[in-house]
Amino acid sequence: MSALILIELNGSEVNASSRAAITAASKLSDSIDALVLTNDSSNSESVSKLAGINSVKMIVDDSLENVNVEVASKLIADVMSGYKYLVSGSSTYSKNILPRVGALLDVQPISDVCEIKSNNTFVRPLYAGNIMATVESSDETIIMTVRATAFEHSGDGGSAEVEVLSITIPESNSTFISLQESQSERPELTTAARIVSGGRGLGSKENFTLIEQLADKLDAAVGASRAAVDAGFISNDYQVGQTGKVVAPQLYLAVGISGAIQHLAGMKDSQVIVVINNDPDAPMSRMADLVWQTDLFGALKELNEYQV
Amino acid sequence: MKIIIPIKRVLDPYTQARVNKQTEQVDLTNAKMAMNPFCEIAVEEALTLKESGAASETIAVSIGTDKTVDTLRTALAMGVDRAIFIKTESELDLQPLHIGKILANIIKREEAELIIMGKQAVDNDNNQTGQILSGLLDFSLGTFISKFDLSSDASSVEVSREIDSGIETRKLNLPAIVTVDLRLNEPRYASLPNIMKARSKPLETIELDSLGIDTSPRIKVISVVESGTKDRASKQINSAEELFSELNQMGVL
Amino acid sequence: MERESIEYDVVVVGGGPSGLASACKLKQLNPNLSVCLLEKGAEIGSHILSGAVFEPQTLFDLFPEDAKNCPTLKTPVVKDDLYWLTSNNKSIKIPSWLMPKSLHNKGNFIISLGELCQWISEKAMELGVDIFPGFPAQNYLTDESGRVIGIATGDMGIDKDGNQKGTYTPGMDILAKQTIFAEGARGHLGKRLIKEFNLDEGKTPQHFAIGFKEVWEVDNDKHSPGDVVHSMGWPLKGGTSGGGFLYHFENNRIAVGLIIDLNYSNPSHNTFQEFQQFKQHPSIKQYLESGKRVSYGARAITKGGINSLVKMEFDGGMIVGCDAGTLNPSKIKGSHCALQSGILAAEYINKVLLEENCDFDDLFKNSTLYKELYESRNFSAAMHKFGFYLGAMYNFIESNIFQNKLPFTIKDENRDCDSLSLSKASSIKEYPAPDNVLSFDITSSLFLSGTNHEEDQPVHLKLTDVSIPLTRNKKLYDEPAQRYCPAGVYEIIEKDGEDYFQINAQNCLHCKTCDIKDPSQNINWVPPEGGGGPNYIGM
Repeated sequence: MSALILIELNGSEVNASSRAAITAASKLSDSIDALVLTNDSSNSESVSKLAGINSVKMIVDDSLENVNVEVASKLIADVMSGYKYLVSGSSTYSKNILPRVGALLDVQPISDVCEIKSNNTFVRPLYAGNIMATVESSDETIIMTVRATAFEHSGDGGSAEVEVLSITIPESNSTFISLQESQSERPELTTAARIVSGGRGLGSKENFTLIEQLADKLDAAVGASRAAVDAGFISNDYQVGQTGKVVAPQLYLAVGISGAIQHLAGMKDSQVIVVINNDPDAPMSRMADLVWQTDLFGALKELNEYQV
Repeated sequence: MKIIIPIKRVLDPYTQARVNKQTEQVDLTNAKMAMNPFCEIAVEEALTLKESGAASETIAVSIGTDKTVDTLRTALAMGVDRAIFIKTESELDLQPLHIGKILANIIKREEAELIIMGKQAVDNDNNQTGQILSGLLDFSLGTFISKFDLSSDASSVEVSREIDSGIETRKLNLPAIVTVDLRLNEPRYASLPNIMKARSKPLETIELDSLGIDTSPRIKVISVVESGTKDRASKQINSAEELFSELNQMGVL
Repeated sequence: MERESIEYDVVVVGGGPSGLASACKLKQLNPNLSVCLLEKGAEIGSHILSGAVFEPQTLFDLFPEDAKNCPTLKTPVVKDDLYWLTSNNKSIKIPSWLMPKSLHNKGNFIISLGELCQWISEKAMELGVDIFPGFPAQNYLTDESGRVIGIATGDMGIDKDGNQKGTYTPGMDILAKQTIFAEGARGHLGKRLIKEFNLDEGKTPQHFAIGFKEVWEVDNDKHSPGDVVHSMGWPLKGGTSGGGFLYHFENNRIAVGLIIDLNYSNPSHNTFQEFQQFKQHPSIKQYLESGKRVSYGARAITKGGINSLVKMEFDGGMIVGCDAGTLNPSKIKGSHCALQSGILAAEYINKVLLEENCDFDDLFKNSTLYKELYESRNFSAAMHKFGFYLGAMYNFIESNIFQNKLPFTIKDENRDCDSLSLSKASSIKEYPAPDNVLSFDITSSLFLSGTNHEEDQPVHLKLTDVSIPLTRNKKLYDEPAQRYCPAGVYEIIEKDGEDYFQINAQNCLHCKTCDIKDPSQNINWVPPEGGGGPNYIGM
């Protein structure tokens, strides 16, 4: 009943979502192997150090630098014989590849698992997380992606053996052209570890720059409530909520947001929620781990000037 | 070049999904249904290609009970040339693998070379069908695309993909499947005159059973619950210093 | 892109009971007629909100066979209680023999009117009516002689400054030999037609109320399907009339609501808060406490009765249902009246199209609708004129003792928009914060209404004079729009150190209260881009 983790690398480092996948897989199997598709064999180093891994399978080829889904899915389908589970962290990398592996193995994959109930029963979100479904798979092989926010990130401390697999790289009819890495000074809203979000309480577009300052200080992304967007303080790309982006950062700091349900639906799964507001009755406060009830501008000034 | 646009009828994304206490399922009785927003974007992209002269025909395909025809008529009203309705007798729990097999059957029959579809449906949020379909047909695949350029000889497309690390650009040789993301375009309205005209556009009905595809569920839904919002401890703090020290202790800085 | 046009024999504006009934009846009378019906909601039923206890006879008249299988008629009324709420925790149950006859509901059903309209719309489509939801009629069209010749739908894809966006799609002209306006209470075209054709000449001004409604899902032990509770009194006081309702209907649902007459005088009166308070009364709370609120909405009600009912026919068309004012105020029921008025309009228009001689007045005066409305003619006016207690007593005596046969008519000549006292002459009403068990804030309530509007479009609440809210209305009445609107559309906020009148048009529930109650009659409700507004389910 062994499990294979499809590892996603950021450069030579193991992506946090892959670490969550190891934690999830450890609830399913005692024997976990990691699979890495890469162009550089030295990338095995960070993978072999992962705790809880039996062995690292590696396929090395120049074409795997910007991995091609047609190729990757065939390679993974080949490697999967002998494994019961294929687990990866939810990301655009795994969501691109895993369902195609499912098609090749005639398996119905399971997306965004948040909880493991038994060896074939899982909890996953539907309807933008408003509904949680418990689902049971009847497939012989189980393929799934897991939410990085729902499982602990497994650490280092292992010393797994690395096996370089010699597989012929299949032909493909698509080619990589370029990768334009995100240039923004600030992290991207949906994947940011920290978000500073502003509401209509800020009163003006000019005041909203205080939110941006604080975000830069905390290396956080900037978010906004729909009311702030409607009032023209910031563009709609920054809207957090049911009609905007759904986020679940480690830290969500809400300033001057009353907390309409539309907004709460977009950020309720954040790990730590901090609310700075002058209205003690705002619904947002009930959602918060930390509440600072005070004048917004005084608080923002104090936070922006505070020497960390 | 024929383009097929698979589309899905879903609970209107602005409607709150609720669990019916009696049936213990998501309650769709009398609920407002709409075309999945990502599918609208796919339809728009196909129409743009048709208008540019690059495509010969645009065909919308959907699967479901009779009500699904409404969604296909919307696609026809937006401007799609014809529609194929795969009819099921009752509400089936069709999963992406089943849908992939059904669509693969239709695509082979129509000999379509380009499939444009939404990256996910906003009800089950699987984000799988396009990928699975590409695997079944061995077509090249571009997921999460925000830019789409057909080569002048219509043998390949250059797509920009919105991935976690940035924007990846790839060239896909046809036949290909692309799944579209929000920023690709802004879909047009189905205007009233076009809704009227859509009534006389061709819509072919195919009984699902006639395709001989095994649709027994691979995944059984055991239960669904509304996730709701929980109240938290709400500890009061009074200074920036206190805030930073709390956040440091929680390890989120 | 140019505007296109199309011709029908009859176009119906509005997919509520009166519009749907007229469309169905027309096709029943003459299947060869081409009939189309426009509805501004995204679907039939999505803008419908009503109690509703429903008198089914008219539905059986319209669909003698099919109505037997109408899935909406599931819960017959089995018990009928009336409470007088004397304070926030006391009540007196009014014995059945003392209840006004009009409030007895034997033989009626508890329904969702939205669900009923969806069912009728299916019948209409079977009869061959072309139904187009998501397309509001923006204007009516007239020829040189002033005759109404159809309607125009609105353009789509206009940004908030009025410029065309990439998705711009022009509206369409729908020309018709006859146009039926069935927009519901205070329809925006109905309002203009009444003025242009002097349809209210010789009538007392129309009176309105705002009706709030929530649907709750409750446990079995709190639920007795078929039970009807009506209330009067608390929390409404100080000359504000109205009443509450609580209906147990199928699927463990309870509809709870409060109707508040819009001739109230205290500008600090907050209609939303009154409704939230109402649910705290022990006689209401007992049912809801352990339940879950699943929807919320509000809608204006036309309740002037026959004294205010406008002339329904004009050159080129008809105005029917609550758009004209056919609700029976003594029963507080309008659905069966709306159906009847739609049927009458269809019968009349069918004859007009056949060029047969017919006088609408004769047709109407010989109808059961007229008889019913005539008998209840004094109900609202008595309440308005004599105040709540004397008015209620008068109504009891008139209906139960004199069997509605008194030979005189009471009239209320004051408009609802003129009833406000000045802020400085009024007590300040204060309301407790929501407990999030029974009472809630506006934003979480709105979420349950499903209301949504494309954000980048012109504001659909037009101010004739943009300065009035902050000058006249604020000074005299502390801008009451902040408190009569059930959707938090109107706010005075501080922007860059100055007062600013903010209109959150995307919150609008299309209830029309602002258009009715604004003391300066400065707010003009016009339809937003098609499909916008609430998405009521089962309301």
